[in-house]
Amino acid sequence: MKAGSRAYGFYALFAKEVVRFLKVTVQTVLTPVVTALLYLLVFGQALEAHVEVYEGVSYSAFLIPGLMMMSIIQNSFANSSSSLIQSKMMGNLVFVLLSPISSLEFYAAFTLAAVVRGVLVAMAVYFVAILFIDLPLAHPWAIVTFAILGSAILGALGLVAGIWAEKFDQLSAFQNFFILPLSFLSGVFYSIESLPAAWQTASLFNPFFYLIDGFRYGFFGVADADVGISIMVSLGFLLLISIVALVMLHKGYKIRG
Amino acid sequence: MAAAVSIQGVHKHFGALHALNDITFDVPQGSFFGLLGPNGAGKSTLINIMAGLSRADAGSISIMGHDVVRDFRMARHSLGVVPQELVYDPFFTVREILKLQSGYFGHGAENKAWLDELVETLSLSDKIDTNLHDLSGGMKRRVLIAQALVHKPDVVVLDEPTAGVDVELRQALWRFTKRLHDDGSTIILTTHYLEEAEALCEKIAILNRGEVVALDSKQGLLSRCPYRTLHLTVDKKTDKLKELLPEYLQLLLVETHKNEISFRLHKTEHQIGDVLEALKNAGLIVVDLYTEEAGLEEVFLGLTEFVSKETAEVAG
Repeated sequence: MKAGSRAYGFYALFAKEVVRFLKVTVQTVLTPVVTALLYLLVFGQALEAHVEVYEGVSYSAFLIPGLMMMSIIQNSFANSSSSLIQSKMMGNLVFVLLSPISSLEFYAAFTLAAVVRGVLVAMAVYFVAILFIDLPLAHPWAIVTFAILGSAILGALGLVAGIWAEKFDQLSAFQNFFILPLSFLSGVFYSIESLPAAWQTASLFNPFFYLIDGFRYGFFGVADADVGISIMVSLGFLLLISIVALVMLHKGYKIRG
Repeated sequence: MAAAVSIQGVHKHFGALHALNDITFDVPQGSFFGLLGPNGAGKSTLINIMAGLSRADAGSISIMGHDVVRDFRMARHSLGVVPQELVYDPFFTVREILKLQSGYFGHGAENKAWLDELVETLSLSDKIDTNLHDLSGGMKRRVLIAQALVHKPDVVVLDEPTAGVDVELRQALWRFTKRLHDDGSTIILTTHYLEEAEALCEKIAILNRGEVVALDSKQGLLSRCPYRTLHLTVDKKTDKLKELLPEYLQLLLVETHKNEISFRLHKTEHQIGDVLEALKNAGLIVVDLYTEEAGLEEVFLGLTEFVSKETAEVAG
C-alpha cells in the first residue's frame, strides 16, 4: 500500500486526543466547570460588597475571565500531560511512535487537542456564569486570541511535562509546584495594582499574568499591562515552550530509547 | 533485488553495556526470517532500532531501501511491528483503535475494506465494539497483530508473538503468519520456541551478547551439528544394561532405561552397522531402532554456550 496523506496522520492523532477526553467528559469538562463556578460563588459572595477592582465592574464579573483563564491553564495542561504519561506508563505510546507521524505533527496534534479542551471548559464556565452575572464583551478578538494562546502554551507545557515525567508523582509535582502557584499568583482573584510594589514587579515575570490580563481586557477593555505587550510576551512564551517540546520530541527524549 | 531489511554496522550502548556490537546482515525480500538468541542477546534492541523506537549509536538500518532515520516516513510505512508486550489503549474499542492506527499511517475511509478483512481473518468480528480493556489476552494479541498490519506493510516483525498464548491461538497465529508470507510479506520472527523457528523460518540469525554468532539457512544451521542420536530397544530388560556394553559403545552412550539405549553418533565417524554388530557380540538383540537428527535447539545451545564459555575464559 502506498504512503497515505501526512495531514490525515496528524488529524487522526488530534482526533484521538479529543475523543479521549470526550469519553470522560465528567472528569475533563464538567468537574472543572463546577470547580470554577464554586470559586465564583464563594469568592463572589464573600467579596462582592467589599471589592471593586475596575470602576463600574462588580467583583463577580471581574472574577469570571480570571476563572475562565485559570480553567484554560489547568485543563489544557492536564490534557496533553495526562494523556502522554498514561500512554507512556501503559506502553501504548508505541503505536504512535511506530507510525510515520513527525515530531511537528505529534506536537501540533497534542497541543491543538489541549486548545480544544481548554476553550471548551472556558466556554462552559462562561455560558453558565452569564446566566447569573452580566459580563461585557469589549474586545472579542482579544478574548479569542488569549484563549487560544493560553491553551496552546499550556498544551505545549503539558507535552514537555508529560515527556519529562516518568511517573504520575512527578507530573503531580510539576502541576502543584509550578502550574498551580503561577496561575493563582497571576491575578485571577485580584488586579496586580492592589499588590505591594515588589509583588507587582514579581508578577510581571509571571507569564500567566499576561494571559489573564489580556483575556480580561477582552471583556472590560481595561488591563494592568499594555495588551500589545501581553500578546508579545505570550507569543514569546509559546515559541519558547514549543521549541523545547519539539527538541525533546525530535531527540526522542525519554520516549525513544 | 534490494534487501527487505539491511542492517549495516549497528552499535548500541546502554551505559557500559555494549548491547549491539557491529551487527551487519540483510533480510531478503519475501523471506521468513528468524531472529533468535537468549534473553539479553539484543534482539529487542535491534527491532526497536529498526522500528525507530530507539536510535543506534553507529551504523544504519534501511527497510525496503528507506533509511530508518533519514527517510523515516517511508521506512515506517514499509514496516509493521507486533510488540512483545500486551499493550493497549483502554479508552478505545477494537473498531476505534484500528481506525485510528490506520489514520496514523495516513489512511482514511478507503482503507475500510482492508480493516474489515483483517478483523474477519483474525476472528475479531464478535469483539469489534468491545473496549480493549475487556478483551482476553489472546484477543488483545490479535488486535496487536491487526494494528501492525493496518497499513499493509511489506515487512512484518513479530516479536515473541506466541509467548504466553494457548495452543489453539498459537496454531492460528502460525497459520496467519504463513498466509502473510505466502501473500508476499517478509516476516521477521523472534521467538523463544525453537521448534517454532524450525517449523517456520527459512533463514535464521542467532544473536548472543550483542553479536551475530550465526547467520545461515535453516538447513545450513542444522547441518552444523555433526551428531545424531540413535535410539535402540533391545531384548533384555535390566538396570545393568550399561555394564553389558563394550567400552567402545559406553563412550557414545547418552542414556539407558530398562531395555532402551541411546547413543550419540558422529555422522561420518560412527556407523550404525558397527553399533549393531557390537551389540550383537555383547549378546544383545535389537528389536527396534530409530535415529533422531540434531534440532535447532541443539545448534542454538551449542552456539550460544560456546560463545558464553569463550567469553568467560577470556574474562577469567
